[in-house]
Amino acid sequence: MSDHINPVWVIGEKVDGNIPPICFEIIGQARKLADELDAPVEVLLFGKGIRDRVDSLFHAGADVVHVGDATGFEVYQSEIYLASITALVDERKPQIMLIGSTFMGRELAPLIAAKLGTGLSAHCIDLVLDEDGILEQQIPAYGGLMSIICPDKRPQIATVARGVFPMPTLDESRSGKILQVDPPPEMITRVKTLEVVHVEPKGLPLETAPVVVAGGAGAGSSEGWQEIAELAEALNAALGSTRPAVDEGWTDLETMIGQSGRMVSPEIYIGIGLSGEQQHMVGIMGAKLMIAINNDPKSPVFGQVDIGIVEDCRQFVPALVKALKEMESDPVRATHVV
Amino acid sequence: MLRIIVCVKAVPESKAAESLKIDPVTKSLPRLDIPLEINPLDRNALEVALQLKEGSGAHITVISMGPPPAGDIVKECLALGADKGILLSDPAFAGADAYATALTLAKAVKKIGEVDVVLCGRASSDGATEWVGPELAVFVDMPIVTMVREFVKTDGKNWVVKADIENGYRLVQAALPTVFTVTQDANTPRTLSFSGIIKSRKKEITTWGLNDLGVLEDSVGLKGSPTIVSKLAYVESKRECEFIDGTLEEKVDQLINKLVEAGVAS
Ligand SMILES: Cc1cc2nc3c(=O)[nH]c(=O)nc-3n(C[C@H](O)[C@H](O)[C@H](O)COP(=O)(O)OP(=O)(O)OC[C@H]3O[C@@H](n4cnc5c(N)ncnc54)[C@H](O)[C@@H]3O)c2cc1C
Ligand SMILES: Nc1ncnc2c1ncn2[C@@H]1O[C@H](COP(=O)(O)O)[C@@H](O)[C@H]1O
Repeated sequence: MSDHINPVWVIGEKVDGNIPPICFEIIGQARKLADELDAPVEVLLFGKGIRDRVDSLFHAGADVVHVGDATGFEVYQSEIYLASITALVDERKPQIMLIGSTFMGRELAPLIAAKLGTGLSAHCIDLVLDEDGILEQQIPAYGGLMSIICPDKRPQIATVARGVFPMPTLDESRSGKILQVDPPPEMITRVKTLEVVHVEPKGLPLETAPVVVAGGAGAGSSEGWQEIAELAEALNAALGSTRPAVDEGWTDLETMIGQSGRMVSPEIYIGIGLSGEQQHMVGIMGAKLMIAINNDPKSPVFGQVDIGIVEDCRQFVPALVKALKEMESDPVRATHVV
Repeated sequence: MLRIIVCVKAVPESKAAESLKIDPVTKSLPRLDIPLEINPLDRNALEVALQLKEGSGAHITVISMGPPPAGDIVKECLALGADKGILLSDPAFAGADAYATALTLAKAVKKIGEVDVVLCGRASSDGATEWVGPELAVFVDMPIVTMVREFVKTDGKNWVVKADIENGYRLVQAALPTVFTVTQDANTPRTLSFSGIIKSRKKEITTWGLNDLGVLEDSVGLKGSPTIVSKLAYVESKRECEFIDGTLEEKVDQLINKLVEAGVAS
């Protein structure tokens, strides 16, 4: 690794005092790309009181961490962050910049790209280098995968969906260089975050649940949806959805899995009354065991799962819930099955 | 009076959009000549403007970059209550990525002149990058607040809005002029009324092309786009499906066994 090779950058962030998993996932992938390019990985981390978190970024694969541990960086303020980051880009000249598709990342990334006059791809699900070392930024589209490249402008910037890259194994023996970043002096800002309010999330978090039950248009009605929700509860699973279920108002957008929603990688995924459209399926690529329940034996969903059941969900799901509940209340049967 | 610009995109109708698939053999993009509709989230953005107009008064200009048929979408916005409609249409604009789109819209915003508020949807249903609003903001040198779900204070020059973040929201103060992107939680968009359609009959839409915006051909459309699509791939699943057969009860039992094996049910 030599120093004059333009670095691969990761814009980190702090949520509630912690560095969220997405930052580590991206550093893991940045490390792979950087090794191929023989380039260093540099991470930016702004916030207050974050210095003691920096070691974990080195363990994940960073060579340099630019730390902005200052009151001016305490909460995300778009204009201050943008000015500091673009100034640092001028100095360090990264060839690649990866940003998590978090709320901050989704606002900051296009501001950075526009300010630097370069391209930006959205919510990538894979990042690879082509023969010429150019970053292929892959996003799902039209039932397939589309590779986007930014051939001429630098840096090449991409936001990365949560959960598409594995957590890197942390190597506690790794360390690196810390460089301090100061906020711009006395900047007049036009927008200002006054307060950050956290609300307790409803239900089990999709990203960390070992089992995900997802329902689709086949639920047919809010009653049908309720049955699927009960199954999720009986299995202690997180409840996910497809777009039509959200559009029908059966569930919140928060539960939508897929290209425009959440990316999950549970141990077990059970898809009910959904057709396996790619925009949904890209959200669960990482699942270990996949099960589908659909009343149409020809449904494309069956081509994408490990176990298939051809049944009307309105009959099958209540029967399954009943059997699961009986198991629970009948220890003899339960131990027998186990 | 408040001067508002709403950016509205014409997108393929959602039902029709789903039939758009990459050809598994030729790996080429599908033909996109299907019916257009107003990008759903842009209806929420327009609704914000319309409610402000009904409240303390506002002048609403809708701008849309797209092929000539997108003019119908602009007309629909007039029928919904917008005051002025501008279609940005020129063969040179075709093939634009988010960057070139935002740049073209920015030129139009500058040409319109005085403006207090620019509203965009959070995302378009087909492009779905979420980039056009923020990039436009940079190009017109305005600040931005994305993912706004509630406009808390909209009098005076300092607005306060609630914007979505992970498990909560942030309260942001914005000094106008500012760009906001709007989520579906902001409101319930109105539908077309007969009187609106009648009233809008007299309203004309304006079309601006390359020369009207005074931009170089190289900075718009495909030529002005820093990103390009380099490859299209058709993804095939590597999983093989084992079907569970039998009566409903048997299927339930077998599935439970599988779940127990996998360590879920016990
Ligand atoms: C740019 C873009 C982004 C998108 N992003 C997303 C996204 O992030 N997430 C997402 O989910 N979608 C997304 N979509 C929408 C996506 O293309 C599909 O429309 C959607 O996933 C289909 O949902 P579905 O499978 O529930 O419905 P359908 O495709 O209508 O399938 C319903 C299925 O239920 C079965 N069924 C019907 N009745 C029953 C019954 N009684 N019992 C059992 N089975 C039954 C049917 O056989 C059918 O297979 C996006 C689309 C676009 C264009
Ligand atoms: N061609 C366009 N014409 C007008 N507004 C657009 C256009 N493309 C995008 N927008 C605006 O930018 C928002 C985000 O779009 P996108 O970046 O494609 O997700 C949309 O909701 C619109 O408000």
